[in-house]
Amino acid sequence: MTNRSYQSWAGYPVVDQEARKLNWQSDSLPLQDSDGKSFLPYGNGRSYGDVCLNDGGIVIDCRGLDHFIEFDAEHGVLRCEAGVTLQEILHFAVPKGWFLSVTPGTQFVTVGGAIANDVHGKNHHKAGTFGRHVSRFELLRSDGSRRICSADENTEWYQATIGGLGLTGVITWAEIRLRPVKSALIDQEVIRYSNLAEFFEIARASDQDYEHTVAWIDCLAQGDQLGRGLFIRGNYSDTVQNSAVRQPKFNLTVPVEPPFTLINKMTLKLFNTVYYNKQRKEQIKGQVHYKPFFYPLDAIYQWNRIYGSKGFFQYQCALPVEHMEDAMREILERISRAGLGSFLTVLKLFGDKPSPGLLSFPMPGATLALDFPNYGQKTLDLLDQLDEVTRSVGGRVNPSKDARMSSEDFQLHFANWRKMEDYIDPRISSSFWRRVTAES
Amino acid sequence: MRKTLIIGATSAIAQDLAKLFAEAGDSICLVARSESKLSILADDLKLRGASSVAVQSMDVLEYDRHQSVVDSAVESLDGLDLVVIAHGTLPDQAACQQSLDMTKKEFEVNALTTISLLTHLANYFEEKQRGSIVVISSVAGDRGRQSNYVYGAAKGAVTIFLQGLRNRLAKSGVNVVTVKPGFVDTPMTADFPKGALWASSERVAKDINNAIDGQKSIAYVPWFWRYIMLIIKSIPEVIFKKLSL
Repeated sequence: MTNRSYQSWAGYPVVDQEARKLNWQSDSLPLQDSDGKSFLPYGNGRSYGDVCLNDGGIVIDCRGLDHFIEFDAEHGVLRCEAGVTLQEILHFAVPKGWFLSVTPGTQFVTVGGAIANDVHGKNHHKAGTFGRHVSRFELLRSDGSRRICSADENTEWYQATIGGLGLTGVITWAEIRLRPVKSALIDQEVIRYSNLAEFFEIARASDQDYEHTVAWIDCLAQGDQLGRGLFIRGNYSDTVQNSAVRQPKFNLTVPVEPPFTLINKMTLKLFNTVYYNKQRKEQIKGQVHYKPFFYPLDAIYQWNRIYGSKGFFQYQCALPVEHMEDAMREILERISRAGLGSFLTVLKLFGDKPSPGLLSFPMPGATLALDFPNYGQKTLDLLDQLDEVTRSVGGRVNPSKDARMSSEDFQLHFANWRKMEDYIDPRISSSFWRRVTAES
Repeated sequence: MRKTLIIGATSAIAQDLAKLFAEAGDSICLVARSESKLSILADDLKLRGASSVAVQSMDVLEYDRHQSVVDSAVESLDGLDLVVIAHGTLPDQAACQQSLDMTKKEFEVNALTTISLLTHLANYFEEKQRGSIVVISSVAGDRGRQSNYVYGAAKGAVTIFLQGLRNRLAKSGVNVVTVKPGFVDTPMTADFPKGALWASSERVAKDINNAIDGQKSIAYVPWFWRYIMLIIKSIPEVIFKKLSL
């Protein structure tokens, strides 16, 4: 049965796939009467592109694997099923003084999805990727076998599954290491800076003393102001200075999908200019709750709908340290010249903490992420232009955000992809994997 | 600290309700068929804040165990303040039309076992003079329809049984809540295409929890089903019999 609720976050491509549910870790995979069709584990559907899609096949919805199993309150080690979301973990752990060691920009992803995409966050320079904090997990394969995987046990399976895009099997449960916090608050500083050179200066100066760093940039600024934006840095608060800082209520949503995108040149220019200028001062310090700090977009539930029924493309590239400044400038120039761009463009320096994952995306250097309304060929042409720059400096495009990179680029960016094929479950496949491994 | 018994504890709605009870710090006793699932739930609810979790494995068709399962729950929790009965199946209507055996079995699972459990529990609560009995019935019990009247008849029996029980126990200070869910996205309804009227079990559990706290008698969940059913019930039989509902 086709189900419209199992699509990707960016709404492109739209596929025809059957959904089945796995609700108990003790159950076997729901593959009865599947006529040999391939399947793919599906978490909360927050991947942007087609890594979570399996056109013509089956997706196994693992959101029902949502039980906590064990918590070591002394060391902050949590064992839970793979369909538990990061939101549920924070709800559970923050009052006990623990936080996720790594979190992406939304708390609406599952633990299984976070492992499969080896997600990263604002503290990559300090903590690396999510996979570094996963001590072990159980991998259930289509032949019914179950493996406990860790750095010491079934090591190759551990490495292939972290960042493995769900292809190696179904993660039924995982054990993750949390980090201690003294409150739910962040000491935040927001610095207004005026061009790309300043970004790199502030970012380098901040990475030592701040656990979390990221910049929002005005992607339409040009010339001397190219790359201008707000640099946001913060640390977990040790003391609560302002008891008035409360958890914000999540009550906004985009109730319907408009037939066309609400993001166009005019609204973009308006938003980017207003956002950049919302802060008159050079620098503002304050305490904020972790939700607006880490998850600003989660406050608008289903914000993806503003791009309309054609969906959008998210583009995230990583550029290696040696060439990151020039390449980033070139990429931003190409975007701003095209006049296409998003209301949330983020720029960040990656650190050098290695991930155990075979196909992990981050590399030491800089990363840029932004989304583009789907205007068809016009948008695809720009993205191809950005790929040229990324490719020329030996960078990478993030699979969990992608819906269109060429198989040549993927195979060039992720040299381990052939090794990965040894660990892929024979019954598992995804739209993404078929696309990027197609013979060209 | 509330003492809560949940029968049919592995159903999706019961699981989400149990999470809310655990966060409120209840002591909980879970009853369901599968021991392995009960053990998964027990670990989960303890971590979510339940003061204690006990489990008992039982198939609801084992009538002769109903009294002893209730007794053990009372013993392990040291009393009972709240019971939720949530077990059930969704019969294959077409198959039931060809088989009285199947119809009888579905009627047993969805009505008679509940009535049996309620018989034991009602006497306990009546004597104790307080507490809440919460039973998941269904909007399907409000009017028979060709697409699922076996299920509807069983749930309708439960609904009317509960009406009488509420009437009997009101003077003892015991609240009886008849929960009537509409379309809920759960494993029981996995084979149905989902539309705008469908709600998540999480949402439904929140609504049921509010109905328990608010000492409601009849809870349509989500709320709009009260009005949908009002319309469906008011259609004259001459017209209704020609509809394909």
